[in-house]
Amino acid sequence: MWPLLGIAVVVVGFAVGLNPLIVIAAAALVTGVMAGIAPLHLVAAFGKAFNQSRYVSVVWLVLPVIGLLEREGLQERARMLVARMRAATAGRLLIVYLALRQISAALGLMSLFGHAQTVRPLVAPMAEGAAEARHGRLGARARMLIRAYAASADNVGAFFGEDIFVAVGSVLLIKGFLQQSGIQVAPLTLSLWAAPTALLAFAIHGIRLWRLDAKLKRLAAEGDP
Amino acid sequence: MIGLEQVYWLMGAMFAGIAILSSRDRVNPKRAGNAGFWGLLAVSFLFGSIIGDLANGVLVLALVLLGGTGALGRGAPRTTSPRQREARAKLRGNWIFGPALIIPFVAIGGTLTLARFSVHGVPLIDSSEATLVALALGIAVALLVANIWLRPPASTALEEGRRLADSVGWAVILPQMLAALGAVFALSGVGGAVGRIATTWLPLGHPFTAVATYCVGMALFTAVMGNAFAAFPVMTAAVGVPLIVHRFGGDPAIMGAIGMLSGFCGTLTTPMAANFNIVPAALLELPDRNAVIRVQIPTAIPLLIGNILLMYLLVFRY
Repeated sequence: MWPLLGIAVVVVGFAVGLNPLIVIAAAALVTGVMAGIAPLHLVAAFGKAFNQSRYVSVVWLVLPVIGLLEREGLQERARMLVARMRAATAGRLLIVYLALRQISAALGLMSLFGHAQTVRPLVAPMAEGAAEARHGRLGARARMLIRAYAASADNVGAFFGEDIFVAVGSVLLIKGFLQQSGIQVAPLTLSLWAAPTALLAFAIHGIRLWRLDAKLKRLAAEGDP
Repeated sequence: MIGLEQVYWLMGAMFAGIAILSSRDRVNPKRAGNAGFWGLLAVSFLFGSIIGDLANGVLVLALVLLGGTGALGRGAPRTTSPRQREARAKLRGNWIFGPALIIPFVAIGGTLTLARFSVHGVPLIDSSEATLVALALGIAVALLVANIWLRPPASTALEEGRRLADSVGWAVILPQMLAALGAVFALSGVGGAVGRIATTWLPLGHPFTAVATYCVGMALFTAVMGNAFAAFPVMTAAVGVPLIVHRFGGDPAIMGAIGMLSGFCGTLTTPMAANFNIVPAALLELPDRNAVIRVQIPTAIPLLIGNILLMYLLVFRY
């Protein structure tokens, strides 16, 4: 049971607001020591896993292109484009993005959108532009709220769309694990049964995005600084 | 054969360039910290595959020390003012979206086609890595097109990359750190211990409590580990297969599909899922690190309840 102390370190560390890098390193140390792993062996195991997961960082390669386009007015153009659409509101725009993200993920096109590729350079500025066109200059709270919702639309769309695609990692993991337990399931069946939750996720988050517009209106009326 | 290793070289070169520009940035009083952090990251990407596990471990510790103790400042690369951007946006029109759209189109086209090419019978690209290689290719093409069209001064793209990298800061390595923590957890048998606790302490005599325990357990365990993939084998072995499938005769496919998605509800609520929740907050320059999580929790909770009901209604029926 003692290795579970590492989980406590994570929970307390994040709750107290320590730097996450320090919290994670401390949790790894505590867990490993409690499990009786020698310190040098532990450092090597941590280094190996860090090195093997470098692929999750490939998306950072996009930063120079996005920065270059931002310098030439990418975000401003995205705002202008939306300000001219009279039906556009921040909430409606994010609902459209949620749907696009979910459908494309369901078709296996996960890398089509993402926080670095689309949310920061395009989606968040568009939603801000739509809100500005409607409520005038945005206060700091409204702006942060719109950005946070833009990121949430990307996450909800990606998580609850990807399992409808047959060849995605999580579907293969489910199949693989059940197979080890002596149970055969077809990937297609798994992706079929991911559909009800996908629809529910779209409904729940869609309603919340739809209500974002009312929230922004209230913030504007209160004179959000 | 071109694979991830070559993509890592490209990333190493990018971080090395950012480190050199950082070291020359006299406006940033912490420039040595920035140069050290990005420089070490460059070493990780350029040489991580050959320096061995222990050296990689020491490298990570150095990154943690620099990133975790506030040694990084924010550089001041020369960029355009908001007014200039406004003017250029009007001048360039919607063409500015072009290079940004090249990335996904090349990424998808590449994923679908690259693995088919071969030179003298040797495949050009490792098919298991095709998606990420194609993404990198899309970025390279977009960068080339943007540079030819916009003709900025030579180091502009790298300086702009540095601006964004500094705004994300130490959070750049957070996803990899969490993956490494997951590996240490696995090595230490944390998953098994959590599973034993769940089954020892909870009343699981009724199909509904078994379903609810499985779904809530998936969400909570995922929130702690930051990853539903780590939670799935543990919860499914402890509760899913023995109780829902074997004792109560539930359908394994429905259980697995909805169980995994219950885990994703947990992903929405946790700072441990850094690349989805913490990194975007940094990327969008939100002062509150947990701002994204805050707006996701009111979606995650009703969705988890919905998952429990869906599983209970469906799993014993088909």
